[in-house]
Amino acid sequence: MDFYLTALLQGLCFSGIALGIYISMKIFNIPDITTDGSYTLGGAFTGVLLLHNQPTYIVLPVVIFAGAIAGALTGIIHTKLKINALLAGILVMTALYSINLKLMGRSNIPLNSKPTIFSLLNLVNNPNQNTFWILLAFVALITLIIGYLLKTDFGIAMRATGNSESMIRALGVNTDRMKITGLAIANALTATSGYLMTQYQGFADISMGIGIVIYGLGSVIIAEAFINWFRVTSIWLSLVLVLFGAIIFQFVLAFTLSIGVDATLLKLVTAVFVLLIVSLPRLTYNRSL
Amino acid sequence: MIDIKNVHKIFNKGKANQVDAVNGIDLHINTGEFVVVIGSNGSGKTTLLNLVAGSVIPSSGTVSIDGNDVTNMPDYKRSQWIARVFQNPLSGTASDLSILDNFRLAAIRTKSKGLSIGVDEAFKKQVKEKIATLGMGLENKIAQPMGTLSGGQRQALTLLMSIMDTCQVLLLDEPTAALDPRSADVVMKTADKLVKDFKLTSILITHNLKDAYNYGTRIIQMGEGVILKDVDAAHKAKLTQHDLFDWFG
Repeated sequence: MDFYLTALLQGLCFSGIALGIYISMKIFNIPDITTDGSYTLGGAFTGVLLLHNQPTYIVLPVVIFAGAIAGALTGIIHTKLKINALLAGILVMTALYSINLKLMGRSNIPLNSKPTIFSLLNLVNNPNQNTFWILLAFVALITLIIGYLLKTDFGIAMRATGNSESMIRALGVNTDRMKITGLAIANALTATSGYLMTQYQGFADISMGIGIVIYGLGSVIIAEAFINWFRVTSIWLSLVLVLFGAIIFQFVLAFTLSIGVDATLLKLVTAVFVLLIVSLPRLTYNRSL
Repeated sequence: MIDIKNVHKIFNKGKANQVDAVNGIDLHINTGEFVVVIGSNGSGKTTLLNLVAGSVIPSSGTVSIDGNDVTNMPDYKRSQWIARVFQNPLSGTASDLSILDNFRLAAIRTKSKGLSIGVDEAFKKQVKEKIATLGMGLENKIAQPMGTLSGGQRQALTLLMSIMDTCQVLLLDEPTAALDPRSADVVMKTADKLVKDFKLTSILITHNLKDAYNYGTRIIQMGEGVILKDVDAAHKAKLTQHDLFDWFG
C-alpha cells in the first residue's frame, strides 16, 4: 500500500510538469523539450539553496523565476530567431545541463536533514501523510492560480494564440510575446516540480530530468483521452484531469514495478505505455469506420 | 482614412522565385467608402489588403491610416483601427474557444488583455443580444466551441465580432469564397448592413462579380500588381454587370 502512496506523492510532485506541458502543448501547440532542463534547474536551485540553509519559501520564488527565464529563452529563440520550437527547446535544455552542473558543483546534492517544505508544517504524525497534505495544498493552489489565469482576458488570448494565430493578431495580440510568456509560465511550473521532487526525495541530481518530459506528455495525453471521451469544455475540469493524469501515470509505473518488472526497463515500459494511450483511441476509431 | 503612396512589394527579392506582388500603388480611400477590389488570381489584391492590415510590410512606399504613418507597424498594433474577416472561416475565429470567449477577445480588440475576468453575466447578455440580430438561433449556443459551427455561421459571427469594439476600417478578404450560395448571401448582406450602420471604411476583395456589382461605393480592378481601373461611386452606379464581365475579357 505504501508503494501506491509513494506513487501518489510522486504524481503530485509531477503535476507541475503536467500543467506546464498542458500549457505548452495543448494551449500553445508547441512541443517544448526545455522541460528536461528546467525541471533539473528547479531541482538544482532547490538543492544548492537549501544546502546553504536558505528557507524553503525563499527558494520557491527563485526556482519559479529561473524556470521562467529558461522557458522565455526557448520562446525567444523560437519566435525571434524563427527556429523550430523543438530545436529551440533542445538547445536550451542542452545548455541547461552545463548550467545545472555548474550550479550544483557536483552531480548530486543530498539534503540530509535540512528543513524542507515538508518539514515546515506538521499536520499529522505519519510523515508520508503529512507530505501528502502539504503537496495536495500546494498543487491545489497552483491549479487555482493557473485556472484563474486561463479564465482571464489574458488567458483567453493565450488559448486563442495556439488556436488561431491570424485571428488573435487581428485582435491586437502580439503573438510572439504571448508565446514567450506562455513558455515562461510552463517552465516555471516545470521547475516547481523539480523544487517539490528534490525536497520529497531528499536530494537533487543532475540526471533527475533526463526523459522527464514524457511524464508531462503522458499525463496530458491521459487527460486528453478523458477530455475527448466526456467532451469536457470546462477549463477547471481539464486542469483537474491533467493532475489526475499525472497521478495515474505514476500508478501505472508503480504497478509495473510491483509485478516484478526489472527497474532498468522502466523507461521502456513508460514509452510503451504512452504509445498505448496515444494509439488506443486511433485503433478503436479505425475499427469503427 | 487610408492612404497608400507609391507602395511596392516584392517577395523573395533577387531569388529565382521573386514575385513582384505590388508594383507601385497609389490609393486614397475616404472615410466611409466601401471599396470593392476585383482582379484575377495573382493580381495583388490580397497583398494590397495585407499591406493595409500590416501582415505584409511594403518593400517601399508608405501606408497611413487616419493620418498616422503605419508603414512599419505590425498587424496586431493596427488592430486599434482595423477589424478583419478572412477568406478561411478558421482564420477569423478560434475553433476550440467558445463563442463567448471569441466575442470577449473581439470586445477588447483595441484594449490590453489583462488579468481580470471579463466574461460576466452582463457581457453574456450583451453577446446574446448581438448574436440574436443575425437571426441564426445561435444566441443560445454561446457556450459551444466555435468549431462546432458551420463556415457560414462562423463568418457571420466574425463580422459581428468586428463591431464589438470601436472599429473604423473593415477588411474583407473574400469572406464568402468558402461558403455555399445561401450562406454567402447572408454574410454579404450582414457585412453591407454593418458597413452602413457603423459607417465603416471598408475594403472587400471578391471574385464574385455579382457581389462586386451589388455592394460597395467604389470599385477597383487590379492586375499585375497595379490598379487597372478605379471607378468612383457616381460612375459605379452606371456600370452594368456586363461591363464588369467585359473587364476580364
